[in-house]
Amino acid sequence: MKFKFWGTRGSIPIPGEKTIKYGGNTTCIEIITNDDDLIILDTGTGIHALAQDLLQHMPIKAHILITHTHWDHIQGLPFCTPIYIPGNEFIIYGGKDVITNMGIERALQVQLQQAFFPIAENNLKAKVSYKNVVPNEQFVIAGATITPVILNHPVINFGYRVDCDGKSLFFTGDYEQQFNIYEPEDTEYSEFQAMIDLSVDSLVDLIQGVDALIMDSSFTAEEYTQKKGWGHSSYDAAIELAKRANVKQLFLTHHEPTRTDANLDQIYTELLKNYPDLGFELHIAQEKLEITL
Amino acid sequence: MSQISEQEILDCIEKMPAFPKSVSKIIELTSSMDSSAKDIIAVIEGDPVMTGKILQVMNSAFYSLPTKITSIHRALVIIGLNTIKNLAISIAVIGVLRPYKEPHFDSDLFFSDYFIAGLLHDFGTIVFTEFKAEEFEHALAESSINKSSLYLAETKYLGMNHAQVSQILALKWGLSEVIAESIACHHQNVPNNLLSSCIFTANQIAKQAQLGNSGNPVIEILSAEQIAIFGVPFNELIEELGDISLIKETVHHFIGT
Repeated sequence: MKFKFWGTRGSIPIPGEKTIKYGGNTTCIEIITNDDDLIILDTGTGIHALAQDLLQHMPIKAHILITHTHWDHIQGLPFCTPIYIPGNEFIIYGGKDVITNMGIERALQVQLQQAFFPIAENNLKAKVSYKNVVPNEQFVIAGATITPVILNHPVINFGYRVDCDGKSLFFTGDYEQQFNIYEPEDTEYSEFQAMIDLSVDSLVDLIQGVDALIMDSSFTAEEYTQKKGWGHSSYDAAIELAKRANVKQLFLTHHEPTRTDANLDQIYTELLKNYPDLGFELHIAQEKLEITL
Repeated sequence: MSQISEQEILDCIEKMPAFPKSVSKIIELTSSMDSSAKDIIAVIEGDPVMTGKILQVMNSAFYSLPTKITSIHRALVIIGLNTIKNLAISIAVIGVLRPYKEPHFDSDLFFSDYFIAGLLHDFGTIVFTEFKAEEFEHALAESSINKSSLYLAETKYLGMNHAQVSQILALKWGLSEVIAESIACHHQNVPNNLLSSCIFTANQIAKQAQLGNSGNPVIEILSAEQIAIFGVPFNELIEELGDISLIKETVHHFIGT
């Protein structure tokens, strides 16, 4: 199994000379199994470049796993050219929206309304189908076992563990570990903390020993104090989780929009200095970076 | 007199709106970026309809969670504050959510189970007030004149008592069998049901302390088994609690009286 980053930016695409190295496109990760099956994690603007690549290999069958429906994770979908070409097949997986009870088909339908996009849903000439994922309910696609788990974010967000060809990776989507909303002197503090600990423990169990952990890490520890509750993790939180779970490699992604290549280089240097004995490989996710597990 | 059926109760509950006071409070709190999570959770927890409906969603087949979610806190850890807030707003504004499938899990007792059981155990009386007012008036009058327990009069006039209605509601909202069963028998002495004994005893304490009686003024006697649970007879238990004026004040503040 190998994977490749096509989009590493959080929130909004940031093209320009300051984001050439790490990339300006929003989240999209391509997974290719040893049997050449295609799985795509999220469809941010990075999928446009991936789609250009896929045009060379048609007909294609792609399994798309959507972590959540915030724009930066779905906005590239209408620009995925093979979706308009007959003979291709797309199976889109994602969670139900708890408020409307609607399935993941909403991610595309909302974007293809005539006021927002010139092409209507009935013009999708590829075969497109949708499947709702259920938390903790494993399913198999293209020889890969997928384990979805809900991770805290301001909207329902699924982290996906992918096991294939004897290798494993876990992608968090957007994730911030729930913090205690109570003060230590509040009576509810201890019980609530115990619930949080239980939830983190179960995540650690799920991702124990994965070959690659790809994690939302948008903020420095200092920035995080101002951005608590925004639904994103700090670099330090990602490292802490990776350590506890004994992962082999950690990829920090969902780069904060104002972060330049120089900023990210500097952050990487500082992290290596602050954590001299990591026990795993640390990477900053970079557009077009391809990893074979 | 018309007897109420289980299906009728379920239909009534589906129509039940959240309490107006918490609806306006939720809208107010969620309109401000500065509202604390603590405050929002406190309002949701204080409204049994809102609490029940959120737990119903959490315990639906969609989430397929390995343990039943019996408190808003546990829901918060799983789906986060924003989704809880959005669910609460939907319930506040729309009144009802689309139906979800029934759950089938069970859980151990948490502190929050006592809270939920305490909050919901008399909810059946609200269903009666809302949808079977005339029959319930008769039951209240008979209970008051005869100084007899209300639940017996309810059974006579409605074919079912409020504890049984509350049980149906608890199961409908996806709460555990333990909570539902404890609610159902909170007027009886059921051996080995700690939660039920706690509700029963707390009820008698509330009446003794004049915190409220839910239309049922009769203070019932604790059984030997219930006394054994607390280690002392009822009057000593009251004495041990000491000055409960602060608790009384908190309760009144909580329910907005």
